[in-house]
Amino acid sequence: MYVLEMNHVSKSFPGVKALDDVTLKVKPGTVHALMGENGAGKSTLMKCLFGLYSMDEGEIRFNEEPVKIDNVKEALSLGISMIHQELHLIPYRSVMENIWLGRFPRRGGSKSPVVDHQAMFDKTDVLLKELNLTSISPTDLLRTLSVSKAQSVEIAKAVSYDAKIIIMDEPSSSLTENEVEHLFAIIRSLRERGVAIIYISHKMEEILKISDEVTIMRDGHYVGTWAASELTTGMIIKKMVGRDLTHRFPAGESHISGELLRVENYTSPNPRSFKDVSLTLHKGEILGIGGLVGAQRTEVMEAVFGLRLHSEGKLYVNGAEVSCNSAYDAKKLGMALLTEERRATGIFPVLSVQENLVIANIRAYKNKSGLLNSAKMSAATKKSIKDLDIKTPSAKTLIKSLSGGNQQKVLFARWLLTVPDILILDEPTRGIDVGAKYEIYVIMRELAAQGKGVIMISSEMPELLGMTDRVVVMSEGRVAGTVNSKETDQEQVMELATKYVG
Amino acid sequence: MQIQAVGNFLLGKRSLKEFVMDKAIFLVLLLLVIVIAIINPRILRIQVLRDILMMSSTKIIMALGMMFVILTGGVDLGGGRMVGMAAVISASMLQTAEYVRRFYPDLGQIPLIIPILLAVIVGTLFGMVNGMVVAKFKVPAFIATLSSMLIIYGINSIYFNLPPNNSQPIGGLRADFTFLGSGFIGFLPVIVVFAAVVSIIVWFVLNKTVFGKNVYAVGGNPEAAAVSGINITRTLVGLFGLCGFLISLSGVLEAARTGGATNNYGNGYELDAIASCVVGGVSTTGGVGTVSGVIAGVIIFSFINYGLTFVGVNPYWQNIIKGLIIVAAVSFDIRKYVQKK
Repeated sequence: MYVLEMNHVSKSFPGVKALDDVTLKVKPGTVHALMGENGAGKSTLMKCLFGLYSMDEGEIRFNEEPVKIDNVKEALSLGISMIHQELHLIPYRSVMENIWLGRFPRRGGSKSPVVDHQAMFDKTDVLLKELNLTSISPTDLLRTLSVSKAQSVEIAKAVSYDAKIIIMDEPSSSLTENEVEHLFAIIRSLRERGVAIIYISHKMEEILKISDEVTIMRDGHYVGTWAASELTTGMIIKKMVGRDLTHRFPAGESHISGELLRVENYTSPNPRSFKDVSLTLHKGEILGIGGLVGAQRTEVMEAVFGLRLHSEGKLYVNGAEVSCNSAYDAKKLGMALLTEERRATGIFPVLSVQENLVIANIRAYKNKSGLLNSAKMSAATKKSIKDLDIKTPSAKTLIKSLSGGNQQKVLFARWLLTVPDILILDEPTRGIDVGAKYEIYVIMRELAAQGKGVIMISSEMPELLGMTDRVVVMSEGRVAGTVNSKETDQEQVMELATKYVG
Repeated sequence: MQIQAVGNFLLGKRSLKEFVMDKAIFLVLLLLVIVIAIINPRILRIQVLRDILMMSSTKIIMALGMMFVILTGGVDLGGGRMVGMAAVISASMLQTAEYVRRFYPDLGQIPLIIPILLAVIVGTLFGMVNGMVVAKFKVPAFIATLSSMLIIYGINSIYFNLPPNNSQPIGGLRADFTFLGSGFIGFLPVIVVFAAVVSIIVWFVLNKTVFGKNVYAVGGNPEAAAVSGINITRTLVGLFGLCGFLISLSGVLEAARTGGATNNYGNGYELDAIASCVVGGVSTTGGVGTVSGVIAGVIIFSFINYGLTFVGVNPYWQNIIKGLIIVAAVSFDIRKYVQKK
């Protein structure tokens, strides 16, 4: 008997099939781990269950009854709660107010406008004691609590809804070892009460320790469900990554010469971010940065580019020590950064293709009087559109009406106009279709062939191994190892990526 | 040991540095108050202090209204014009029978409460419309209230220009009305009693009712509020309505206090109210603010206003000083809540 069955669930987004005939069956009173690589579809599946996304196909059965979940309220009233990676709490309010938000006990009947603080305090107190969270007082302000305690408050809130299923999305990602132990104690006591937990995590050791059953997903497909006792770390990794290299990569030999960029001991002032990161990029090289979501890859590269602070570390370009504390500095040093969030930090959606192209290099198009020269700009635009084969009706078209792949090519072209030596590409092929991906790969190869250095952060294992010369694998903000792309395999990279995890 | 105990009592679990950072603008202003008092100690006479308190009373009521909107991360730019409208509506119906240029020459002695209620109801309705526009059409509060500022001023000016008044200042207000603004019960000014009662009610609403807690929740983290099943539209309409209620009440009392009204009454008051809230610790990012902080903010602001004139500072300089105080208050506030990445 299952408390939850999700059968034949499919869900598409424009250009991507995120879920394809996925199955998930959860027994009451068990911890069910949901595993898969970044982008395997775990979060999408959970969002369908919690009413944040609607499924294209498939059914959900709750306590063997088919149900339809259209919004969060319906999920909560069925007894399904979710603890998100970013906690949904109100910082300047007390613990008890956060827990009973939207359902405050009232003095003198349910229609009364006055909150019954005593009842709220008592109910919270009982709840916290039940969960053995005695170090939290109902009147503590949320802002004064540690991440771990704030998370415990979220769990208490979920329990207070009388949840039968609690989804936990990477609950341990920002906890210390002791705090994780405490989390596990809470999870075990919930399990004894008959609550089913769906636990999403990348941390193998943790999964094997806490879960009863494990469901593995890959590329939006269901791989299978096993009892945790039958599995080992190695087996899980194999099932998570075990696929053929379906993407093709342009062939090309790299001609690697002297050192171009060296990062030494970069450390963030934020103790939860990157620590002691060193890496070297050579002329003509494509260097991959691998690791799990949360490994601080983007953060390190943004620090190198001067967008984030670093408290320690040195940076060398062409062997000379340089300081780079802003994107302006980085540009002058010949660096270019294609950011991960194309829509948020890349394109100017309501400006034209031309305006998007020339923006990073705008000073180059001034004439003697200091005004911009339109002829120069449109000549540069025409050349970029031709060189990178950007498919746009005209240079005046608004960039937001282009496809994701062509937007990405515009951003590429924007930085190429600044004639950089070092290109940092953060997930350059995310969310774009296979054909455009290939074209992006071709551009990368050409740049390397011209003797430029390319750094690519990627969560896609085949791309990471197929496109790069070497891969620096990060784990929990540290460099776990550097591997030669030709001599390594996905299992080894995955093992390194989880080296400092858990 | 004892110093430490006192320190612990004052600071709680916070460090001294945190405390200073938290209250920086407050401490600076307190210093300014002390400086003014040293330059001219006569400002500390009980008579003067009472005057300052009376001047502050309508501003407290208005700032408390403004606080509701700032708690959601917005501002009400129409507040000043709403003061003018409430003042004109109430004053136009409360002139003495003997007065020569009456707004309504044939109006008899109507009960005091009717014009006051009318003024306050109109203000509340305008507030609720603001809330509706913000909640339903997702218009930022400052734009929604910028529009209603223009609309309210236009309507009020048309009303004020009706014959036979033809935009003459409204004077000759009834004694029972002006008593509310400038009368005394023994030593106690009536208007201060008003401000005190309103403050207690607002404190109760914010801290003891479901509505008040929802206001803080919607302001502190709208997404969390929505996920917890709070009706955000209803909360916004309610709090904007309450803001309109309090601001128009302060307009009525302002007419009673000064004994007259024109359509330009209250112009720019909203800026003072916003400044007082910010100085009193209401965060412009939403979700944080207390009644006591707002009251302290208003009183300090009034004291500095009055005090600068008292010690003979040029009024143009006063504007510059006020401007500096506001920008300092907000930048300290932002520093507290925004962490550098």
